Amino acid sequence: MAINLNDPAVQLRELRLKTLTGYNGDAQDLLKRSKEGNIDNHERSFTQYGSCSADQVMNLLLQLQDAVVVEHGPAGCSGDIPFRNANFRLGNKLLGLKVHNVKYINTNLDEKDTIYGGSAKLEKAVREAFRRFKPKAIFVTTTCTSAIIGDDVGSICDELEDELKIPVVATVCEGFRTNIWATGFDAANHSILRKIVKPPRKKQPDLINVISFTHRYHYESIFEQIGLRPNYIVPFSSIEQLEHISEAAATVQYCETLGSYLAAGLEEYYGVPEVKAPAPFGIAASDNYLREIGRMFDKEKEVEKVIKSENEKIAPKLEELRKELTGKTAFIGAGGPLAYSIRSILKDLGMDVVGSCIWHHDQRFDNDDSRLDVLKFEVEQHGNFKVGVCNKQSFEVVNALNKFRPDIFISRHMATVWSAKLGIPSLLSLVEPSEMLYDGLIRYGELILDTITNPAFINNIAKHSKLPYTNWWLEQDTYSFLGGKCNG
Amino acid sequence: MSQIVDQIRHVCSLGGLQTALAISRTVPILHAGPGCGQKLWGAIGLDNGCQGSGYVGGHSVPCTNAGEKEVIFGGEEKLRTTIENAFKILDVDFFVVLTGCTSDIVGDDVGEIVREFQNEGKPIVYAETGGFKGTNFYGHELVIEAIIDQYLKPAKKKEKGLVNIWSVVPFQDPFWVETYKEISKLLNEIGLTPNIIFGPNNGIEALDRVTAAEFNLLLSPWVGLKNVKHLEEKFGTPYLHYPVLPIGPTETGKFLREIAVFAGVENEKVESVIRKHEDEYYYYIERSADVLLETRLLPRRFVTIADSIYTLAISKFLTNDLGLLPETQFIVDGVLDEYKDQIEKEFKNYTDGITADVVFSNDGGYVQDEIRKIKFRGRPLILGSAWEKVLAEEINGYQISIAMPVSDRLILNKTYAGYDGALRLVEDVYSLVLNDFQ
Repeated sequence: MAINLNDPAVQLRELRLKTLTGYNGDAQDLLKRSKEGNIDNHERSFTQYGSCSADQVMNLLLQLQDAVVVEHGPAGCSGDIPFRNANFRLGNKLLGLKVHNVKYINTNLDEKDTIYGGSAKLEKAVREAFRRFKPKAIFVTTTCTSAIIGDDVGSICDELEDELKIPVVATVCEGFRTNIWATGFDAANHSILRKIVKPPRKKQPDLINVISFTHRYHYESIFEQIGLRPNYIVPFSSIEQLEHISEAAATVQYCETLGSYLAAGLEEYYGVPEVKAPAPFGIAASDNYLREIGRMFDKEKEVEKVIKSENEKIAPKLEELRKELTGKTAFIGAGGPLAYSIRSILKDLGMDVVGSCIWHHDQRFDNDDSRLDVLKFEVEQHGNFKVGVCNKQSFEVVNALNKFRPDIFISRHMATVWSAKLGIPSLLSLVEPSEMLYDGLIRYGELILDTITNPAFINNIAKHSKLPYTNWWLEQDTYSFLGGKCNG
Repeated sequence: MSQIVDQIRHVCSLGGLQTALAISRTVPILHAGPGCGQKLWGAIGLDNGCQGSGYVGGHSVPCTNAGEKEVIFGGEEKLRTTIENAFKILDVDFFVVLTGCTSDIVGDDVGEIVREFQNEGKPIVYAETGGFKGTNFYGHELVIEAIIDQYLKPAKKKEKGLVNIWSVVPFQDPFWVETYKEISKLLNEIGLTPNIIFGPNNGIEALDRVTAAEFNLLLSPWVGLKNVKHLEEKFGTPYLHYPVLPIGPTETGKFLREIAVFAGVENEKVESVIRKHEDEYYYYIERSADVLLETRLLPRRFVTIADSIYTLAISKFLTNDLGLLPETQFIVDGVLDEYKDQIEKEFKNYTDGITADVVFSNDGGYVQDEIRKIKFRGRPLILGSAWEKVLAEEINGYQISIAMPVSDRLILNKTYAGYDGALRLVEDVYSLVLNDFQ
């Protein structure tokens, strides 16, 4: 589908990628019906809070080295900022870069502003941001309040851009705009494509854009062996670095949900091809992925050498891990397609995935190429498995975990505590891509093994705490409140 | 016009959701967008002393996740079904419905819906806490107002010596749990019966006792004043407003004597409690005096950057008890204009005629610029939040996080209040200094 860079607002993910937030079934059914185009999304008659797209924009834009984010909203919208700051400082430290604070201003809209408008405040805030931080770019993000009161953020940004002579980029991402908080990634990437990326000065044939969150462990030794240079984006990049991502020879991803829009935009507008292979989690995907890179860069021979040597290197440890982990069961709670990638790893370790709660499922990606379909690849490698799409609703996750009682619950984004209360060891699968490629597989296996070897902490918590759910709820069907149905 | 915020040190009024969660077995229900809950819990909970979900917090909090449909067509029906289903799904004793910006601007009649459930006898109240209305200090007061207006009933009879404690804002202050417990412990010792609403185990039983109290104690410069006044109007319960959270023997002694007079506690009883605690406190201070005095490492001058409760409490202790010298003190909780004068006065009556300047601002960037202008003698002690780390490096100061965001510490049952609390503060400050070079 074409990426439209003329509109300041990115097209919603539910429209572009037909993303689902509610589904109960299995992978094969999901794939079949997606292909036929006959799955509808469903609403719930009971929900708990999840996240919003404005929050996810900060995941990218607020992690840039020399840009400011001016959030046009009330002070509460800045609630995620201490977390983003801690993340930024930690990420910089791990990458060996200078540790400093994020650059962020919130316009602190109050009751008066909701009546008279907040435009004057926004202009003042942007000028103040420029004065305080001397950034190379300013991103102005919208919030529920700013959107409802109707401040014309786009025009204000255009005027200020003329005045300040740096990009001042309106980023439309108010929380109520979309049901899919991952649209926030798209909104951020849309701003970058629209206003930051410049046409290539000269193509760099050994440079690969690598889209991920915190970059550590990422392809380092592998790329070196093939003679390629990774260009890690978007978090921790500088504006200058982003200006020249059009010069790369290819783009790869940690997770298609994160960078689908950016990769497709680079391909469409600057001829930077996305590597059409699922992210390299587990052996099959890693082999497949490296072969695709080998094909694109005319390095097929080098790649085969790498594949062979890496597989040999991990073989003894993999054997040990398989001895301990074969037959152990896992339940995954993560966003698609990362959840499907995690399944690959678990299957390689000999484990069974008894069920999953997916935060959201994108039925297609911006580059509409079936070679990018992680779920399809995973089912081809390891067969069918149960899939539920729960949109991060803890009541559904707890209900499912209680029924499946796996040996381990692998989760992303703050769900591990509920599993602990059920006495089920749980592991937070971090944003640091330490589980990719071959040594990543071993690292992950060791992490899983350590997690289940000493369950003392978990057992004690389970003994001394209670879940906040009624017994009635725990006995119901996990998706009872999906599609407006409701028992009792 | 409220100032722009650079370096957030508070959130918005919907942050009152954590006040609801601070009452045991109570759950807030949000009628708001999908992002509010996580951001607010993150800022004043998870990334503030590592205060996680607990029993029914974090992602187990129900929320209507108001989307475009609710903004255009209204969200009342969605709220109704969310509440109905919350009763079925959650095992809690009390529900507090809170609104976000979208509902308040769009004008959903939340009161009407909640009243339907109240009329059925359900334990539920509501407050309109749209974020643009103010800070979470204001939101905290709104939640308590809602409970006073819609839930509390007059007591059959008053209980002599029963006193409700209203003080620090739960979660916003990561030391809240033990702080309430410490005050409670001291009041018990002088023969009073404290009633705390916030913290583990108290819950709806504590709420039900509120109107039986002989008096209310407000231990805070301004947050909560409207609540105790309201309790007096509605239930005839008098209140004692003691504006300084007591840290250390000078203030704690003063506090105990004042409340004893107010409550009619025997002078001897109070003095013996004070003496016991002072003996213990001074044993340790005396023992550490050599080090504190002779190594000349303890910083002489300090700034605090915190809400009005902590700037006042900490600066009093450091000045009146430890003999340090206060530079400018920065208050960042968005104090309403009507309270500013009386708060400023408190900073003019330290021991020995010492005074300190106070700056009210919730713009962290501005506060830090002001601090950079101060010409410190020696390395300053900076008691603020994690935002101050960068500043401390720049000006070669010692930095400790004691106010939101305390994102760099795990706080469990620690408090700085009272006698023991003060010793904890001395330990933390001095260990920080020692750690700097060893």
